[in-house]
Amino acid sequence: MKKIEAIIKPFKLDDVKEGLSVLGIKGLTVSEVKGFGRQRGHKEIYRGAEYEVDFVPKIKLEIVVDDDQVESVVKIIQGKAQTGKIGDGKIFIISIEEAIRIRTGEKGQDAI
Amino acid sequence: MNAGDTVFVLMSAAMVMLMTPGLALFYGGMVRNKNVLGTLMQSFVILGIITLQWVLWGYSISFGPDLGGFLGNLEWFGLKGVGMDPSPNYGSTIPHVAFMIFQCMFAIITPALITGAFAERMKFGSFLVFVILWATLVYDPLCHWVWAAGGWIGKMGALDFAGGTVVHISSGTSALAAAIIIGKRRGYGSIAYIPHNLPMTVTGAALLWFGWFGFNAGSALAANGLAASAFMVTHISSACAALSWMGMEWIHRKKPTTLGAVSGAVAGLVAITPASGFVGPLSAVIIGLFAGIICYGGIMLKSKLGYDDSLDVVGIHGLGGIWGALATGLFANTAINPNGADGLFFGNPVQLLVQFISVMVTMVFAFFVTWIILKFINMIMGLRITDEEEEKGLDLSLHNETGYSF
Repeated sequence: MKKIEAIIKPFKLDDVKEGLSVLGIKGLTVSEVKGFGRQRGHKEIYRGAEYEVDFVPKIKLEIVVDDDQVESVVKIIQGKAQTGKIGDGKIFIISIEEAIRIRTGEKGQDAI
Repeated sequence: MNAGDTVFVLMSAAMVMLMTPGLALFYGGMVRNKNVLGTLMQSFVILGIITLQWVLWGYSISFGPDLGGFLGNLEWFGLKGVGMDPSPNYGSTIPHVAFMIFQCMFAIITPALITGAFAERMKFGSFLVFVILWATLVYDPLCHWVWAAGGWIGKMGALDFAGGTVVHISSGTSALAAAIIIGKRRGYGSIAYIPHNLPMTVTGAALLWFGWFGFNAGSALAANGLAASAFMVTHISSACAALSWMGMEWIHRKKPTTLGAVSGAVAGLVAITPASGFVGPLSAVIIGLFAGIICYGGIMLKSKLGYDDSLDVVGIHGLGGIWGALATGLFANTAINPNGADGLFFGNPVQLLVQFISVMVTMVFAFFVTWIILKFINMIMGLRITDEEEEKGLDLSLHNETGYSF
């Protein structure tokens, strides 16, 4: 099992979700996060006071899948979240030791 | 007694009451989310505390029988003698209690305006003591000087229809004293104080605009042509100032902002307040346009002068009030209100001088008395919360609650 963690542009979330449901992904977790990469931040002005806002809002997606699904999921995310401009985000792949469904106690692949 | 006038003044009082929670939202949106309740609370609790002060002694000091033009005596303590019959001096067609409660709402919102200057860092107990002392020693005497029968500034001929000096210049200059004495917020200059909820601020500004019709038109104390005229010029000035502030910002910073548009609207309302019963529609256009420009300029200046008037009470209420009071001396016209006077542009330059004197007196008086009150409170109980409390935010450290829970 692998966890695929993707940081993407917020407005691309719906496209990515559509793409993933076509693939038959049964669940994913989304959080609103802030951070910076090469894109850095932006400028905000309130009553003339100018602030550099370093942290840009992004969406973090977390999906746990079987090893053989990893490639297709990554392809969908990369394809759907891409705008070609700086700030499109990143995808990380992490090995998962175990997964347990709280309701039934099922483990491993049955739990995801 | 006139039923129409009575209804009108009572409805106006209700509208002015709503301005204080409106102001709370206006300010609450501009602070950081850890301070939202503490900021709302400062305005809201004034509804309680000043009502009590006003009923017990505030109204009597403000409007009670005159002592040498400077104060009312305490004959009306606890509203003794303030009854359902009209008072000969204050609204001859409405019950005296209607006038009293209408004025109560003014006494409430004025100290609430000052809270923007020391937002995000004042002790709650010290704040309550400040509000009571300020109302008693600054607001009530000023109110007497300008509006009460026998008050010396009113007798001098200064025109202040709905509170340019009494409400806005007094709160604006007191805010300057407060910002200087209490000092800057932690991290001033290095961290970003980004408003946490501007939609809340826009809601608050909308409530202020709405309530201001009660404030200015209601000050006619009768449902008549003068009230309608005051209503109209209030609206015109606010609209023009919203546009001019936004325009200034657009030229100067390349983008028009929502916060700028609503700040401009409030600046326009402030500026027309003293003039609202004396000027015509085109004068209101000019008063409004300049209000947006002047107050925007004042706020630019703040960062150069280096005091932390957190929510710009000096820039908007102080400068807007001064401009409005002086503009009354320029644009007042007896064709609009025969009980007023003509201003400079209608052939009476002396009026501008009288207005100027009333502005200077209000500024000096409000600044120094506020300075003394705050120094005194600082000595006996301190003004500022600890660094740790400030870091945690007013909501948790002063009130044990949070505005937003997950």
